[in-house]
Amino acid sequence: MIAEAGLAALWLAAGLAAYQFLLMILALRSNLEVARPMRAVAVVQGGLTLVAFAMLLLVFARSDMSVALVFENSHSAKPFIYKVAGAWGNHEGSMLMWVTILAVAGAFLALFSRRTTERTLIAGLGSQAVLALGFYAFLLFASNPFARLFPAPMDGQGLNPLLQDPGLAFHPPTLYLGYVGLSVAFSLAVGALLTGEVDSRLARAMRPWVLGAWILLTLGITAGSYWAYYELGWGGYWFWDPVENASLMPWLAATALLHSMNVLAARGALKAWTMMLAVIAFSMSMVGTFLVRSGILTSVHAFAIDPQRGTFLLVLLAIYVGAAFTLFALRGASLKEGAPFELVSRESGLVVNNLILSVILGIVFLGTLYPLFVEALSGEKLSVGAPYFNAVAGPLALILAVLVGVGPLLSWRSERRPVFRQLRVPALLGLSALVITMILAPDIHILPRLGFVVAAYLIAAAVLPLVGRNPLRAPLATWGMVVAHLGIAVALTGMAANAAFSSERLGIAKPGDTLSVGPWLVQLEGVTPTAGKNFTAVEAELRATRGEGAVILNPQTHYYSDPPTETNESAIRTFWNGQLYTVIGKSDASGGWQLRLWWKPFVTLIWAGGALIAMGGALALLGRIWRRRRLSSGEWRRKGYA
Amino acid sequence: MKPKNQRLVLVSAALVAVLVAVLLAMWGLRSQASFFYTPADIVGGKARDGEAARLGGMVEKGSIRHDPDGVTIRFIVTDGKATTPVVYRGIVPDLFREGSGAVAEGRMEHGTFVADTILAKHDERYMPPELGNLAAEHKTGKTLEK
Repeated sequence: MIAEAGLAALWLAAGLAAYQFLLMILALRSNLEVARPMRAVAVVQGGLTLVAFAMLLLVFARSDMSVALVFENSHSAKPFIYKVAGAWGNHEGSMLMWVTILAVAGAFLALFSRRTTERTLIAGLGSQAVLALGFYAFLLFASNPFARLFPAPMDGQGLNPLLQDPGLAFHPPTLYLGYVGLSVAFSLAVGALLTGEVDSRLARAMRPWVLGAWILLTLGITAGSYWAYYELGWGGYWFWDPVENASLMPWLAATALLHSMNVLAARGALKAWTMMLAVIAFSMSMVGTFLVRSGILTSVHAFAIDPQRGTFLLVLLAIYVGAAFTLFALRGASLKEGAPFELVSRESGLVVNNLILSVILGIVFLGTLYPLFVEALSGEKLSVGAPYFNAVAGPLALILAVLVGVGPLLSWRSERRPVFRQLRVPALLGLSALVITMILAPDIHILPRLGFVVAAYLIAAAVLPLVGRNPLRAPLATWGMVVAHLGIAVALTGMAANAAFSSERLGIAKPGDTLSVGPWLVQLEGVTPTAGKNFTAVEAELRATRGEGAVILNPQTHYYSDPPTETNESAIRTFWNGQLYTVIGKSDASGGWQLRLWWKPFVTLIWAGGALIAMGGALALLGRIWRRRRLSSGEWRRKGYA
Repeated sequence: MKPKNQRLVLVSAALVAVLVAVLLAMWGLRSQASFFYTPADIVGGKARDGEAARLGGMVEKGSIRHDPDGVTIRFIVTDGKATTPVVYRGIVPDLFREGSGAVAEGRMEHGTFVADTILAKHDERYMPPELGNLAAEHKTGKTLEK
């Protein structure tokens, strides 16, 4: 019954989405009165998807093996948290989560949006309904999460042990909230293009959505990177895997949108440009979903190989992106360009930021899709990996990081003051970083060395907007910008340190043997069998010393039976100046164990930087909300209500 | 700047950005993309020495050998038509075993594939698509033999 209730809720929601779309068409053709029920319809539609998703959680929590999805992805012996998280650790469940977030975002837009005109809001809600409709159709016709099995099997097939990790419980929902949060920016842009009301009010209506989505994407990418780092046991934090790129592309577009949106909000300029980025940002989210969910990729994330589903998603993608771009082509040219600006101005700085981010986005996009094109055209299989992305996108990212220090110093419209003089201290710091790394580490690669130089410069340059004024009186949004830009410098330092100074040791050790890695001596004390709730394991005891004092690390290998799989569980110890990372491998005939050890100086700064960037976004968002509160309460007072 | 000129400048800037991205990507892809080969491709001389490549196939039964250092392994990858010897220094992944599928990333050096990374299939459902095709071909091959 539970599964059927979920399915029914899904059908009803789809019906309401169709009704919502119809209302939009009628309203835009005749009068807005027709669309009066629209907000209520959007809210109920969101509520119904929540019901459907709750039903899915319930069948997973109860291990109802008569539901095909539960049978394929769960097992009664699994810990409870992974039973529940298993609901979205598979293709159908994750698509249901996607459409739930899409519909709930629509509901929130209907409830809280007061900034745009009613006309644009109605057009935007209609666009959101069409987006949801396509994904309802995909769920109902191509991947029904509630399909039953008859007769019901005794027990399930289990969940990929790699995915049995607390990271799984939060990583996909965070990314999805980010992806789908961008759908609101897309819908508002489409709505505004339909009504022709592209102005600073629209940008202000978009801002909390884009900021919120961007914060979650930043957190999701940072957390995903750390998950890959400790769970895969390969010691790397970013593999340029197509699925990682699928989350990076919307982030790059959203970052560009975030900056151009501020130009539109503050100066009414860059109208067509911002609309274009809003369309691209959510298109990239859909491209990402298509890449991940169509099963055409080699990845732990690629759940199922089903060409029919892939085609369905590709057609949806083509329709939405095609329609949005057509609309843009028809309406974009008729938009009046806003307030003019000069070549050296804040606006120009933000245009340059957008251009570089777009070029990086293009490079990542082409590199990710190139193997698919080649295979489709010539049948030849190839892969594009880190060497391409690092060599092509890396230098551009460094140039962008240099400009990050300059842009915020420029004033709107036209800059005639000698602002570049302020950059003397940062430039000096960069130069000293160059000299110091030349003397202390003459043989490191060029890219990490430049990374240190740019990071040293940016740490000083990023705080300049707070210098020369009372920092406590600066707006929260300015603080947010400073913190986010500092985060870039911090992450860059971590990446450069990891690339330049990591040491790795791969060796075989019998109990009692010692291996050295970096400043550490690591002794294998012993290896003991152990067991967890649904796996057996071997656990090594490693005693690591550096000078005086010892730390104990316990890397494990887990053996799962449903399905039969083993995973390496790394043991990581964090110190103020780096991480000691240990993995135990296989044993050989003579009783020795393979050990893989890394000493990674300052690697934690990578994720600390990511967290800072997200925190900057959060500060900016808080600042905007707070300001709006204060302004609107001021209005109330002026009108004599209080 | 007049609004009209401003729009012209912005549009051309966007076009230049697209062009730059495409040119940079083409330049990078020409030198950095690595092809996927089967042992038959390698015997056919498709892979050049030292060029980044991926090799996929089944690990031949009884072919895994460990070097005395304990961390270097040598094995043979087969696609049923030809074989290629592989050497790898490191910890092999979960479920890497004889008779099952694997993809190696690395390069050919003097007739041996030197792998930097080994990917193995995790289980039936989490198999790299490239291997999925290969396994299917393998199976049909076997049925034909019968």
